[in-house]
Amino acid sequence: MGGFQGKSDAKAQDFRGSLKRFGSRLRPERLIVVVVIVLAFASVFLAVLGPKLLGNATNIIFDGLVSSQLPAGMTQDQAVAALNATGQTDRADMVAAMTLTPGEGVDFAALARILAIVTIVYVLSSVLSWGQNYLMAGVTQRTIYRLREEVDHKLGRLPLRYFDGSSRGDVLSRVTNDIDNISMTLQQTLTQLITAVLTVVGVLAMMVWISPILAVISLLTVPLSFWVTMIIAKRSQPHFIAQWKWTGTLNGHVEETFSGHDLVKVFGHRRRSIEEFDEANELMYESSFRAQYISGIIQPALTVVANLNYVAIAVIGGMRVATGTMSLGDVQAFIQYSRQFTMPITQIAGVANILQSGIASAERVFELLDEDEETPDDADAVLLVEPTGRIRFEDVAFRYLPDAPLIEDFNLSVEPGEIVAIVGPTGAGKTTLVNLLMRFYDVDSGSILMDGQPTLRMRRDDLRRSFGMVLQDTWLFEGTIHDNIAYGAIDPTEAQIEAAARAARVDHFVRTLPDGYQTLLTEGASNISAGERQLLTIARAFLADPAVLILDEATSSVDTRTEVLIQQAMAELRHGRTSFVIAHRLSTIRNADVIVVLEQGRIVEQGTHEALMEAEGAYYRLYQSQFEEPQDPDES
Amino acid sequence: MKDLLVTYLRPHRKALGVIAVLLLIQAITNLYLPNLNADIINYGVLTGDTAYILRVGGLMLLVSILLGVASVITVYYSARTSMRFGREVRGDLFRHVEGFSLSQMHAFGVPSLITRNTNDVQQLQMLVMVGLTMMVLAPITAVGGVIMAMRENVQLSGLLIVTVPLMIAVIGIMVFKAVPLFRAMQVKIDRVNGVLRENLVGIRVIRAFVRTSHEEERFAEANADLTDTALKVTRLFALIMPTLMLIMNLTIVATIWFGGHLIAEGSMPIGNLFAFQSYIMQILFSVMMAVMTMMMVPRAAASAERIQAVLQAVPDIAEPEQALATPLPRIGRIELRGVEFRYPGAEESVLQDVSFTLEPGTTTAIVGGTGSGKSTLVNLLPRLLDVTGGAVLIDGIDVRDIPLEELWDLFGLVPQRGFLFGGTVGSNVRFGRPDATDEEVWEALTIAQAREFIDLLPEGLDAPIDQGGVNLSGGQRQRLAIARCVVREPLIYLFDDSFSALDYTTDARLRGALAQQTRERTVVIVAQRVSTIMDADRIVVLDSGRVVGIGSHDDLIETCEPYREIVASQVALGGAR
Ligand SMILES: Nc1ncnc2c1ncn2[C@@H]1O[C@H](COP(=O)(O)OP(=O)(O)OP(=O)(O)O)[C@@H](O)[C@H]1O
Ligand SMILES: Nc1ncnc2c1ncn2[C@@H]1O[C@H](COP(=O)(O)OP(=O)(O)OP(=O)(O)O)[C@@H](O)[C@H]1O
Ligand SMILES: [Mg+2]
Ligand SMILES: [Mg+2]
Repeated sequence: MGGFQGKSDAKAQDFRGSLKRFGSRLRPERLIVVVVIVLAFASVFLAVLGPKLLGNATNIIFDGLVSSQLPAGMTQDQAVAALNATGQTDRADMVAAMTLTPGEGVDFAALARILAIVTIVYVLSSVLSWGQNYLMAGVTQRTIYRLREEVDHKLGRLPLRYFDGSSRGDVLSRVTNDIDNISMTLQQTLTQLITAVLTVVGVLAMMVWISPILAVISLLTVPLSFWVTMIIAKRSQPHFIAQWKWTGTLNGHVEETFSGHDLVKVFGHRRRSIEEFDEANELMYESSFRAQYISGIIQPALTVVANLNYVAIAVIGGMRVATGTMSLGDVQAFIQYSRQFTMPITQIAGVANILQSGIASAERVFELLDEDEETPDDADAVLLVEPTGRIRFEDVAFRYLPDAPLIEDFNLSVEPGEIVAIVGPTGAGKTTLVNLLMRFYDVDSGSILMDGQPTLRMRRDDLRRSFGMVLQDTWLFEGTIHDNIAYGAIDPTEAQIEAAARAARVDHFVRTLPDGYQTLLTEGASNISAGERQLLTIARAFLADPAVLILDEATSSVDTRTEVLIQQAMAELRHGRTSFVIAHRLSTIRNADVIVVLEQGRIVEQGTHEALMEAEGAYYRLYQSQFEEPQDPDES
Repeated sequence: MKDLLVTYLRPHRKALGVIAVLLLIQAITNLYLPNLNADIINYGVLTGDTAYILRVGGLMLLVSILLGVASVITVYYSARTSMRFGREVRGDLFRHVEGFSLSQMHAFGVPSLITRNTNDVQQLQMLVMVGLTMMVLAPITAVGGVIMAMRENVQLSGLLIVTVPLMIAVIGIMVFKAVPLFRAMQVKIDRVNGVLRENLVGIRVIRAFVRTSHEEERFAEANADLTDTALKVTRLFALIMPTLMLIMNLTIVATIWFGGHLIAEGSMPIGNLFAFQSYIMQILFSVMMAVMTMMMVPRAAASAERIQAVLQAVPDIAEPEQALATPLPRIGRIELRGVEFRYPGAEESVLQDVSFTLEPGTTTAIVGGTGSGKSTLVNLLPRLLDVTGGAVLIDGIDVRDIPLEELWDLFGLVPQRGFLFGGTVGSNVRFGRPDATDEEVWEALTIAQAREFIDLLPEGLDAPIDQGGVNLSGGQRQRLAIARCVVREPLIYLFDDSFSALDYTTDARLRGALAQQTRERTVVIVAQRVSTIMDADRIVVLDSGRVVGIGSHDDLIETCEPYREIVASQVALGGAR
């Protein structure tokens, strides 16, 4: 906690590149996307055709109306001449442009015919548009599924270093909040964008067909709208990026505070934690407000542009009807088209808004996907068949941070079946050795050999399968006790699970629980005691039945009476397999074959308990320290 | 959802008022434009009056610009209001959860609480945002449109009686069907979040047991499940727009048919047909806009329920109803009176009839087997748990009567699981006392025997600590956690098995240094090592939740069988002393 320095803000963001990459995610769906586009074409074409046909219908009504006002038997030419004679030249031009049968009223049969066709056109258009949406839903959801899956697999390939250094809540936010946002974006932008663009094109085409001169005005609005959108979007994009970054930060703070909930409370940190939350919350508010406001301007701006177009058409169209160069029906259709024009343009504006937000999220997901992975396993990796547990460390050197040497010139060989105890003060590098053995981290130089083969050349999974491990930090997952113990093995039987639990001396405890082995452990197994957690992890490692057993402070929280019992069980279990035991309670390791005393990453002593006690060196001192008591009543 | 919206939008009444007025202006201008357009046709085009056309055209231009300005201001206010809404809901959620007890947190699940705090609020916030611009504008425009349409022609307006309810029905059915799907969807997002979080926390174990592919399957399952529901929802919504478009278009077809008849009969001027058509478009267009918003409603409603559920949960560790009559004496005498504790849902009590007193200036050690209730006992003192029987008193006052902040101010706790926050060494120690000076921090580190390794770090107090303290060794983590407690100089120290990861030399030195600082204080130490506890003033031996012995090491060796066993087991393990 404390300060919210994001890790990634230095990285330059590249909208266009990300957009392209975003688009390329649809590649597996390209066939369907093509179908969708074809459907969209057809549906938009029909939708655009509608008003033109309706314009014809209007013309029939208008023609009928004008005709009915003319005396029957008069021809159209006569009517025009009559109007010209009375000086109504404009009106005469208009009438001249119409198809009239003076004296007749509106031709309802013709009207019905046209309207029937229009109805069919509209129904078809809707069906097609439904089909297109339906297919697109699949495209979106599958794409999102793949994206989430890819991120999850990516996490499987990232080195531990990455996890240690990053905020869990932020990683979580990328997978849920950001991907969710991308999903919304895909869902809402793609079909809308296709339809909107096609509608604009279609409408423009119809306009050109009806009146090229009026169409020029509408054509001008397209680049104008585009330009306006670009200008505004450029300004709002950084805020969208900030918005999702702060969402991640906030998520991180929430995750961490909730994880250390009790501490936050007892240390009276509630207020501070809330202040920190408020700070991030405020920053998130600022950026999301700005993002929404600035990109929200796009829509009204485009509406103004569209309305200008509408006004221009109404005025110019009106003048042209008055001068008889255009039919009223055409102007009406044109006006309706220009109204229809507004809709896709505001839609595009909405899309621009959503897309910006989506790209900002996509960038965060891509950033995760671009993290450096663990070096992949060798293609011709050494196969590890029936590992015997012979292990050699040869000149191993390792450091977590480049300028802090830790393990240097480390040499050790372990014969199959040997028990190796590693002791030493805290921070000496004991757990680090385990990390190297398990290849959680890889050695910087030198090598670790297993059965004579360097572990670096083995597949990580093969290597790890030959180890069973109990870590200093217990971890159990949310699930039943049964499943947690079974985690270490493939399809174990009930009997095996219970045997492992008995060996770890946890069987009795489990049986006192009302649900026994089916008891659900909550998150972090917080509903059992720390010692019980350790016993379960020991049972889990026992069940895995590995060639090499690693116990890192495996019984540190277990009471000593239980520990004695586990020792006995372990003695049986360890029979014939190599074990590494790390413990501060030296009692735990007395009967080891080799005791390695580690200080600051180097072996300072090595030998059996007796030999080392004899030598009266580091181990001897360490051993004595167990009983040194400032006010030891037994010695006073 | 309504309650939530009402509660959180009420403070923004003013902004809402401004938005409403602006929207009204927008609606009116929106409706006015077609009216002007009809005028152009009726009085300009039909009469060939170009001057009139130009004049009205100019007016239309002005109105359009006015509309634009009004919209920009509306966007400003609605963006501000909705984002503030989000900020406030998030803030309150976080504050509220901060008051929960641990078991309450686990009842909701941490991943779910995280989702609720970000993702769910996000849904609502977007609904408010879009809702403010659309949902208000749409009905106003629609109603205005209906009125204007009726002004043009009442008979033709009859069409709307069929169309509008039809549209509303379509929307209603969809929303009705979508709500349960969305509710399921948010739960499934929790699930994805949960699996993933578990994977992040347990990464070492997962890799050690080569269960990455198993975990990937688990994730894939949650992912597929979520995708499934999302797909259902999207497919449902795929239907909505085409249906509404169809209704809208067919209405226009009908308008022309019936309008044609009216015109032929001479009961309607033809210009009105155009205007009417525009109004119909307007109405239907606004209904469509409303639909776009409505599509967000089901998900937001599901989210609102989840947020409400958190906000309505009453913290089970409640603040006392009244403040203390007299200030806390701050002596540090803790008395347990017949304490009993039973975890919610458990069959048996974890602690039974526990009574003893902890005197200031003394160190009390608690020993006992695994699962005997030591941590539970420790957690009862600062009210991380509340007794289910008996009472815990501090300086004669029941802890349940002490305001929580004041109570916690008395304690320094080192929990069994050494949890560190991401940050720096300094920020972690200062977690104990934010205003501690560098000297005080260093002193605490010295007492906790952490100085030696911090000194080796080039950045010193600014050395980074990764989340959970994963870049430290087990013992280093524990010592930092102790320093964090020491820097507080609390009245009461609680060490729950806090020396287990230390080597014996460090352990002894640490206790020696601590003894200096804690001379006047009440100290409780839970430990397994006999060497750690044998110089305590008093040792309490717990066995299956009952006190089976209290006394000094020497007394207990004589009188207490379980204690003798504990000591014997360590001697047995350690060989002859
Ligand atoms: N992930 C990490 N990144 C950076 N430094 C680390 C990391 N893990 C451990 N260290 C450092 O490496 C050193 C050795 O740590 P290690 O965990 O191996 O000690 P240890 O011997 O197991 O100690 P303990 O007995 O306390 O568990 C310590 O100084 C520690 O701070
Ligand atoms: N949240 C919980 N819900 C139900 N039972 C619990 C919960 N927490 C602990 N328990 C049970 O209560 C008993 C006492 O737990 P507690 O953590 O107090 O033991 P402990 O004495 O601290 O043990 P350890 O030495 O292992 O830390 C255990 O049997 C444990 O399973
Ligand atoms: Mg360690
Ligand atoms: Mg405990």
